[in-house]
Amino acid sequence: MSIIGEEPLPPGALEVETLGMTMRFGAFTALDDVSIRVAPGSFHALLGENGAGKSTLVKCIMGFYHATSGELLVGGREARIADPRHAHAMGLGMVYQHFTLVPSLTVAENLVISRKDAPAVIDWGKERAGLDAFMQSMPFRVPLDQTVARLAAGEKQKLEILKQLYLGRRFLILDEPTSVLTPDEADEVLGHVRALCEAGEISVLMITHKFREVTAFADEVSVLRRGKLVGQGKVADLTHAQMAAMMIGAEKDTTPAPRSGTTGAPVLEIDGIRALDRSGLKEIDIRSLTVRAGEIVGIAGISGNGQMELMEVLTGQRPLMAGAIKVEGAPYSATRAEAQRLAVRYLPEEPLRNACAGRMSVIENIAFRSFDRKGDSPRFWTSGKEMRARGTELIAAFKVKVAAPDGPIAALSGGNVQRAVLARELTGAVRLLVISNPCFGLDFSAVAEIRARIMAARNAGTAVLLMSEDLDEVMELSDRIVVMSEGRISYEVTAAQASLAEIGHHMGGHA
Amino acid sequence: MAVAESLMQGSARSEGLRDTLARRAEAVVIPALALLAGLVVFGLFLLTQGKSPFSFLYYVWQGAYGSAFSWQNTLSRAAPLLMAALCVALPARLGLVVIGGEGAIVLGGVAAGALAGPLAGVTPVIALPLLALAAMIVGGAWIGASGALRFYRGVNETIASLLLSYIAIALMNHLVEGPLRDPASLNKPSTAPLVEGLRVGNLPGMEVHWGLLFGIIGCVVSWVLIERTSWGFGARIAGANVKAAQVQGLPVGRLVIGFTALGGAFAGLAGFFEVTAIHGTANASLAAGYGYTGILIAFLARHNPLAILPVALLLAGFDASSGLVQRRMDLPDAAVVVLQGFVFMAILISETLYGRFDIFHPERRAR
Repeated sequence: MSIIGEEPLPPGALEVETLGMTMRFGAFTALDDVSIRVAPGSFHALLGENGAGKSTLVKCIMGFYHATSGELLVGGREARIADPRHAHAMGLGMVYQHFTLVPSLTVAENLVISRKDAPAVIDWGKERAGLDAFMQSMPFRVPLDQTVARLAAGEKQKLEILKQLYLGRRFLILDEPTSVLTPDEADEVLGHVRALCEAGEISVLMITHKFREVTAFADEVSVLRRGKLVGQGKVADLTHAQMAAMMIGAEKDTTPAPRSGTTGAPVLEIDGIRALDRSGLKEIDIRSLTVRAGEIVGIAGISGNGQMELMEVLTGQRPLMAGAIKVEGAPYSATRAEAQRLAVRYLPEEPLRNACAGRMSVIENIAFRSFDRKGDSPRFWTSGKEMRARGTELIAAFKVKVAAPDGPIAALSGGNVQRAVLARELTGAVRLLVISNPCFGLDFSAVAEIRARIMAARNAGTAVLLMSEDLDEVMELSDRIVVMSEGRISYEVTAAQASLAEIGHHMGGHA
Repeated sequence: MAVAESLMQGSARSEGLRDTLARRAEAVVIPALALLAGLVVFGLFLLTQGKSPFSFLYYVWQGAYGSAFSWQNTLSRAAPLLMAALCVALPARLGLVVIGGEGAIVLGGVAAGALAGPLAGVTPVIALPLLALAAMIVGGAWIGASGALRFYRGVNETIASLLLSYIAIALMNHLVEGPLRDPASLNKPSTAPLVEGLRVGNLPGMEVHWGLLFGIIGCVVSWVLIERTSWGFGARIAGANVKAAQVQGLPVGRLVIGFTALGGAFAGLAGFFEVTAIHGTANASLAAGYGYTGILIAFLARHNPLAILPVALLLAGFDASSGLVQRRMDLPDAAVVVLQGFVFMAILISETLYGRFDIFHPERRAR
């Protein structure tokens, strides 16, 4: 798509710069005079809370939005990007938080169909030779014949990045690329990205919430708050506390909420359960696991070691082959009546996908637990008025930022969806709370708030089972930690005696 | 009306009437534009045949709503359409696309026709409800079966219900030409004619049978079920995100089978009225295509049972005027089917337009 008479851009990593970029939606200013320069071959981090304008900025760069004012320079030249296709033609690419691969196709097929010039009839012999050569030239690889659905999350993210390189992109925007990866996977993927930057192949602008990744991999950082650029600098010159301060506007205490109360009687007892895993080839097998009132049991483990299946068993989505689950001594099979009687609540991961109906309103979503109850008795007739009153009250109590309570919940940011789900699940007496990755992809202040609420529930006597791939989260919140590896519990330790090294050892399955 | 008003006020408190109206307008404006687009394309089609689209519209008006007689013709046709549309709209709340209502109408009619003989001596006050119940059970079981196949075996309910409706029609042909055939029905095999007492009459003061009233009641009851009861709310959750419904412990299987069966029961009831009010016997005339027109109505109405009422009136009007259009414009009677086809295509295409216009989404203006 080069314009006739214009010289092509120089090869290698691209320089991208925004000058006074401003984006208004009606009366709302999402982006206010933001100037950021990503030098060729540099790794630039973009920090900010949910709704700070990070997505708006990158959407302006990629041509999804047209900025109200301001300029974009690509390779030092002014660029007017009409649409994402135009951006792609200039060598700008984007890797999203969620995967954009076709799960049922192989890696090779995904790569070939992603090309704009993919031929109508594909000469696989030729393509295969080209792909093999391409993979050989890359510092990291993904098996070409594997079906994407069978790849682990880290492999998929590597493939997303390889796809961008395969398409000849030389400036990459990574939108929270590690939110679905384990720490090891994240380090590996970002390490490769960093190496590509250093080799002068690409420049990178990465949206992230994780300070650790910023410090470990980025050269420079820009911080947005409420649409304004509030800080910028070399990563080497900044501490985590300084970055956090820029993001939230003030230094904030990050120590976990204090623990109080005593551990009580067993609430959840899992006895010798077995169930097929998602591949249908392996089993998860949990001999014994008990969660007592007033304690948080954290399940650590690398993604894909049976945590998802355990969550599905506990929510009644996956049939048991053997064993029993008891709550408060009574057999539990996750029916609505049992969950209501025994006050069992769930916070599944990715709440918009697993715990909400995206096109139903915020108020309706908050009513999912209570629409068929009036106090302690069941009700047949629902009441829109009561639903609205309760929803409005909970939206205020849990500080859900919502423009339109009657609008679809899918319009909310990730942090606010999770707040709405917390409002629904943590209201009233809760005996057992089963949680999976509650803070995936959420910003700093939302994370602190959500963890504080979990801790508060524990202190009030709730038994909490927390599955998380974020080891820091497990360490911070748990009273007791168990490690899941290959569908089994391989290690158990109290928080007081836990050592990161020992847990990491068991997570890796080397026990 | 009071319900609608309190609803408006309730919303007005939190976000203002304008936003509420904007949000609701989407479900009216887009189907209306799709209907218009379908009519325009059909108009072009008429031009290729050398006919005037405007005289077509004029004759449709005349034949459907131009006189008391046309109105009665239209309303009589609307009765089965209302119930056939519910057979699509109710399962749609669970995210299921059921298109086999025709089969449930046919079998409901056969059930009524077959039982009318044995019940001929029973007083109509008891016999008629029994016939209606039988028709609803058969229709409900037929469509409920596609729901059960979907939930327990993962069989696509659209294909299953369509194929089941072919089986239903074949079964009907077998029964009325074989075991249930009245020997007196010579050139059109039928069940024995209903005794006079079991014929359903007309609404007071109209030449329109009672099925219309039951169709209207069915739509209102379905709306209340979906919008005002915990079953309906549960069904909406399951339809919007089945994973979320499972995490909430909702009985998804029972909801799927219950809503498909209820839809089928309404279609079966349509068959009952076709036999007891129109034909007086069960025969191949039961497969008149109401089940398929019902699909179009439900989609045009965005599966909202109250919106089915006006849409069914419109489509019944097209149906009712086809005779007049045919005679005056010298068009084949398939012309109305062509029109329905164009409108349905336009409706399906318009499905992609939802959520694209910010004017209908006040929350986006605030961001």
